[in-house]
Amino acid sequence: MTEQSYQRVKFYQTGTLTVGNRLLDEVNRTVQASMSRSNALTSGHRACQGCGEALGARYALDAAMRATDNQLVAVNATGCLEVFTTPYPETSWQLPWLHSLFGNAAAVASGVAAALRVTGRSHVRVIAQGGDGGTTDIGFGCLSGMFERNDDVLYICYDNQAYMNTGVQRSSATPPTARTATTPAVGPEPGNIFGSGKDLPRIAMAHGIPYVGTASVADLHDLEAKVTRAMGLHGARYIHILVPCPLGWGSDPADTIRVARLATESGLFPLFEAEYGEVTASTPIRRQVPVEEYLRTQQRFAHLFKGDSPDVERIAALQRAADRNIRTYHLLRSAGDER
Amino acid sequence: MLKQIEGSRAMAETIALCRPQVICAYPITPQTHIVEGLGEMVKAGALTGCEFINVESEFAALSVAIGASAAGARSYTATSSQGLLFMAEAVYNAAGLGLPIVMTLGNRAIGAPINIWNDHSDAMSMKDAGWIMLFAETNQEAADLHIQAFRLAEALSCPVMVCVDGFILTHAYERIDLPAQEQVDAYLPPFEPMQVLDPADPVSIGAMVGPEGFTEVRYLAHHKQLRALEMIPDLAVEFEERFGRAAGGLLHSYRAADAETLIVAIGSVNGTIKDVVDEMRDDGHPIGCVVLTSFRPFPLARLHAALERAGRVVVVEKSLAVGLGGVLASNVRMALRGLATPVHTAIAGLGGRPITKGSLRRLFEEAGRGTLDDITFLDLNTAVVQREIERMDALPRPGPIAENILRSAGPPMSRAV
Amino acid sequence: MFQIRIHGRGGQGVVTAAELLSVAAFMEGKHAQAFPSFGSERMGAPVVAFCRIDDKEIRTREPIATPDALIIQDPTLLHSVDVFGGLSPAGYILINSSKDFSALGIDEFVAGFPPGHARAVAATDLARTHVGRPIPNAALLGGFAALTGVIHLDAVSAAIRERFPGPLGERNVAAATAAYQAVMAAAREEVPAC
Repeated sequence: MTEQSYQRVKFYQTGTLTVGNRLLDEVNRTVQASMSRSNALTSGHRACQGCGEALGARYALDAAMRATDNQLVAVNATGCLEVFTTPYPETSWQLPWLHSLFGNAAAVASGVAAALRVTGRSHVRVIAQGGDGGTTDIGFGCLSGMFERNDDVLYICYDNQAYMNTGVQRSSATPPTARTATTPAVGPEPGNIFGSGKDLPRIAMAHGIPYVGTASVADLHDLEAKVTRAMGLHGARYIHILVPCPLGWGSDPADTIRVARLATESGLFPLFEAEYGEVTASTPIRRQVPVEEYLRTQQRFAHLFKGDSPDVERIAALQRAADRNIRTYHLLRSAGDER
Repeated sequence: MLKQIEGSRAMAETIALCRPQVICAYPITPQTHIVEGLGEMVKAGALTGCEFINVESEFAALSVAIGASAAGARSYTATSSQGLLFMAEAVYNAAGLGLPIVMTLGNRAIGAPINIWNDHSDAMSMKDAGWIMLFAETNQEAADLHIQAFRLAEALSCPVMVCVDGFILTHAYERIDLPAQEQVDAYLPPFEPMQVLDPADPVSIGAMVGPEGFTEVRYLAHHKQLRALEMIPDLAVEFEERFGRAAGGLLHSYRAADAETLIVAIGSVNGTIKDVVDEMRDDGHPIGCVVLTSFRPFPLARLHAALERAGRVVVVEKSLAVGLGGVLASNVRMALRGLATPVHTAIAGLGGRPITKGSLRRLFEEAGRGTLDDITFLDLNTAVVQREIERMDALPRPGPIAENILRSAGPPMSRAV
Repeated sequence: MFQIRIHGRGGQGVVTAAELLSVAAFMEGKHAQAFPSFGSERMGAPVVAFCRIDDKEIRTREPIATPDALIIQDPTLLHSVDVFGGLSPAGYILINSSKDFSALGIDEFVAGFPPGHARAVAATDLARTHVGRPIPNAALLGGFAALTGVIHLDAVSAAIRERFPGPLGERNVAAATAAYQAVMAAAREEVPAC
């Protein structure tokens, strides 16, 4: 009673990874933190527990709806997102939404944009979205055509690094060593091989389009900022979002955001932006982790750590790939560095 | 206004009068002149309120049209043969989604062997996708059918394919009466979509439908085409009233009233057939023909009525159901169910082989004598075929058939025609 | 119905010739149909084009197997392609050549046709002179008008001007007119004045 009691108040730094972040000014808070967010992808959909794509789509579309004052149309490729959001006779989309085919989302979106322009509704903007399969493989031709024409469409790829909806088959976005149903963990080079695959963000950059960005569900502020920036531009734009799939990756559904963060912090999935073919910004790694820490979170890499003898060589090769990204995008830099 | 112009040009100018809003194009012989004409009109400012998009494949072309139509714009594209196949997935998708896209199909053979000339194999490959399919007999009709096509498509919210014989019509110069803008506007009102992507009233288009609903959706697609069976004649009547000439409709008969033999065909070959009918009538043969304009929906009842008094029917078609026989003929036979009328199939004009009056006359006379086979390949070079069959049977590695045939047949341009 | 078949090589304007012929006939109030025999687009390959002219609607679409007139734009075809196949016994033959029929090796053949039905005209030379390009089609159309009388020179000229506006059209009209006069002159020489 005589002792003065006090409570230590812990002040959290603003700009941490905390969603919502009540210490921020209203204008700096995320769209997700707002009660008036559009919920363009609303609840009731049939995604798996912990689905990174559902998260990424909700983040991206709500940000785009805010940026366009809800004047937005979405065109979806066939895939997980399309399937789990429109289980007949229900839909969880609260914006105008069109699903045509697996490989044509970019072309369909170009058509929608043209129609809006020609009918005097240019203020209504268009997003095309699809998974890695629909974007990097079967939809590649249409995507390149949309880029080449500089059609006024933002294409968002939700990359879970395989054809998940059909049972986890490899795509050209599947990373080396990953186990899928068509790159099984058997034989002398178990899982996906090295020397294949496409870097879609760099291919997008090679088309010289106004904006390319990579984003992660682990960094909501960054993701929303990139979508918002993209919606403030016109012409062909591309955002590539890494979205962990607990089922296909064999990760804990509760770990989706943590796994996504480890991908970025290891350097395997760099966060950067580019305009007209040149990198303009990148997000530095806060606390670098060795790739092994990331790989160990997912069963699809489990064969690399079998028994007493981990596959040192291939893990090292993955580390080299991560290090290459770190160098390329200057991901390790001190506060005083320019970029 | 009367003009002497290329069929493709007439079509382009007529389509322009239909006030299309989004046109997407990918080049393929023999439709290219149509979209080139339209592209030029857009670029020169002669066709306003229209976006012309150069796409990177036919698959993209129809996909762009799908997006544009779903967003409320009157959309148009054109293709042929291989291009139609390349967009096949989108063809079914457009019909399944019920989007009123109009597409010109410049009929061309499908390979292998690669062939750029006219036949109906491309149209037949997509005949059950759910598109309405209309075949033009002349270039005048080819132009006129597009006006009717947009009206029909938008009235039903169903895509329509206007089939025009590649080269034979597309690249032929003939006299065409092009309508005035006011005439087309009076017939074809602005597009009022039955479903549209609109932020003020959001809908989801393109959901997955499982076993519990799929049959019903497909039944309704069939129902829509049965509605078209009624609408097509009505639109043709209105067209004739406004434009002063006959075009479209389900079918029409020519000198069929007292005909013992009736010929059935689709497309431009009907012109040649009518000339042969006249010549044979002059020689006392009781022969006539039925020109089928609407292939889908297939007018079973009307065709039955047109053919039921004939002693025999000869279907002349530019398509082949490999392993079966005739495609058109099979459809015609359905119209004659319940009757014992013999229906002969004549496969003609494949890959652009000219169908001559002489060959048709011989075919029809044989039919009249009752000596015609069930299936005839018109003007088949039996010697070449026999030689190749013997080769295939004799040699363990006979080589590619097409090349062997060409070697047998000799260089084409050393012949006059 | 009058049926014309035009033979030549790719790049010589054979298809255009058939089209212009049909436009000229249209301008005289007739029905006309023109279409090429379709090969791949390649310079130098043999090309055939067709034109039908009639007072009523033309319905048939078959290639012309029994032409009433032949226009042969390239004499090198004479002995490699069957250009004369199906030509009616009273048909017309117009050949682009500065040589006579004997030098072309077909004098016996053309002798079987009515007098005045076969002519050679140096259309390429006339084209070079008047147009500055060795494309003989316009000139040959003028020659055709003179040879057959099926269409008139002024319709041919109007069709040429419509397709090629400005000085190019005028030069082609000049070539057509020169060929027309050459053929008319040759006809007069053969028929002694009475």
